[in-house]
Amino acid sequence: MSRENPDTVVEVRDLSVQRNGIDVLEDITFSVRHGQFIGLVGPNGAGKTTLLKALLGLIPVTRGSIRVLGAPPGDRAYDAHGIGYVPQRQEIGRNFPATVADIVMMGRFCCMGPLSFPRKKDWLHVKRTLALVGLEHLAERSIGQLSGGELRRVTLAQALCASTRLLVLDEPTIGLDLPAEHEFYALLAKLKADLGLTIIAVSHDLVALGGRADELICINRRMHIHGNPEDVVHSHAIREAYSCEFSFLAGELAHHEGVRPHDGPAHSHDEDTPGRDDGHGDK
Amino acid sequence: MFEFEFMQRAMTAAVVIGLLCGLLGFFVVLRRLAFIGVGISHSAIGGVAIGLLLGIAPMLTAAVFAIAVALGIARVSKRGGLSEDAVIGVFFSGSMALGVVLFSLRRGFRQDLFGYLFGNVLTISSAELVLLTIVAAVVALVLVLLFKELLFISYDEELARAYGRPVDLLNSALLVLLAVTIIIGVRLVGVLLIEALLVVPAATASLWTDRFRAQVALSAFLGAGCGALGLAAAYGLDIAAGGAMVLVGIITFFTSLVLRRATV
Repeated sequence: MSRENPDTVVEVRDLSVQRNGIDVLEDITFSVRHGQFIGLVGPNGAGKTTLLKALLGLIPVTRGSIRVLGAPPGDRAYDAHGIGYVPQRQEIGRNFPATVADIVMMGRFCCMGPLSFPRKKDWLHVKRTLALVGLEHLAERSIGQLSGGELRRVTLAQALCASTRLLVLDEPTIGLDLPAEHEFYALLAKLKADLGLTIIAVSHDLVALGGRADELICINRRMHIHGNPEDVVHSHAIREAYSCEFSFLAGELAHHEGVRPHDGPAHSHDEDTPGRDDGHGDK
Repeated sequence: MFEFEFMQRAMTAAVVIGLLCGLLGFFVVLRRLAFIGVGISHSAIGGVAIGLLLGIAPMLTAAVFAIAVALGIARVSKRGGLSEDAVIGVFFSGSMALGVVLFSLRRGFRQDLFGYLFGNVLTISSAELVLLTIVAAVVALVLVLLFKELLFISYDEELARAYGRPVDLLNSALLVLLAVTIIIGVRLVGVLLIEALLVVPAATASLWTDRFRAQVALSAFLGAGCGALGLAAAYGLDIAAGGAMVLVGIITFFTSLVLRRATV
């Protein structure tokens, strides 16, 4: 492999992944630099979640290579502690018998030995992380008593408790209404700016991610396009990936980006934007 | 009743097994392992029969057999592409059938079989009580040491795996702890009732609190309470001790259910 750029956080080269003998990803190549917010988009079943899981070392690579924070996933030098992961899930198990602070503390477990217990400094870290996402007042609340938006912020805090270097999010706003989605992405933007986070987020929602990400990568089993959001959403490649026509309103991405929490009721962009659907992503 | 030494031993054993089952039962209920527990406890019959036939301590062969069955269920359901309940059904009925066939090769097998199906806390010897207490203390210690990790994999296995936790090893460790607990419990309340001591106190505790620390403590307390009260009731009413212990737990569960519904 060529000498890597020290600024490169993730490097994927000619990646192919097979599951049950079927190619779910073929010849994927891209890199992510420190401090970038990358949106990974594609239709349902495109392999977005598979790609994230390969980055996290949860599924094996058939061909090609991945380097995350300078090492291949699964390698001894691979730093699982450097990655905060927000998995795709509609809801945390509401019956799980834990408080918000307990759930966030689980992100901290990766920094502890298997037989050690959280100490005072770990609980202080949890408290500080909850403050970052504006939930410090809910630390002792049971997770079953939270709203959907609060639960997402809890999972974000948990991931931040694990790492403030690379954040990997899989459909982080699925199931949220539009104001809650805007609030979540605004928080993510603030954290990125304040902490210098590198973010990779998967979403089936092209418009939502396109309005926030520095770059979009569109896949549908293969790499279709990688570039700045305006260019990507208006490209022929994205129509090919989604196998349909898009008719974005002029400046829609800019408008989406400009919406701030509680700016007002949700507009009806999900009715006129084919990129927004009700799918649940690919597993 | 404590003027009798056998009752002192029985009460100590009932409280110890109740405490341990209450502690471990938290994970059995949280991780929905109740059916795998049934499979492990019934497989003990096969292990006991092998021991009796070979002239080896039957509880030792039962422990080895139960651990092998527990790990076998986990491995086959993971790699065989079968649902876990189907695999448990195969292992459970297979080892039970093996046990019954092997028991039938011995004279007086009905009495032996009955003893292992329903257990007998009143006949526990001093040596058995010491062994039971030591094994229970080791299981409880390992459970406490691994508690943080087991809680994490109970919350989200994939997340734990992404953070480099040895998920398969932890799952296996939990199954081994479960198998060992079931085997020492079988001696006291039998194959058919040990599962109730694992599930009922923990399920009752989950009705009262949504905090895991409180659930674990309450579950252990209820488990010990069921053991003590059940044994006292068995002594006073001259009824089967194992059944009485479980019935105390069941009454507590339904009383809690009614009270919770009335108060929420």
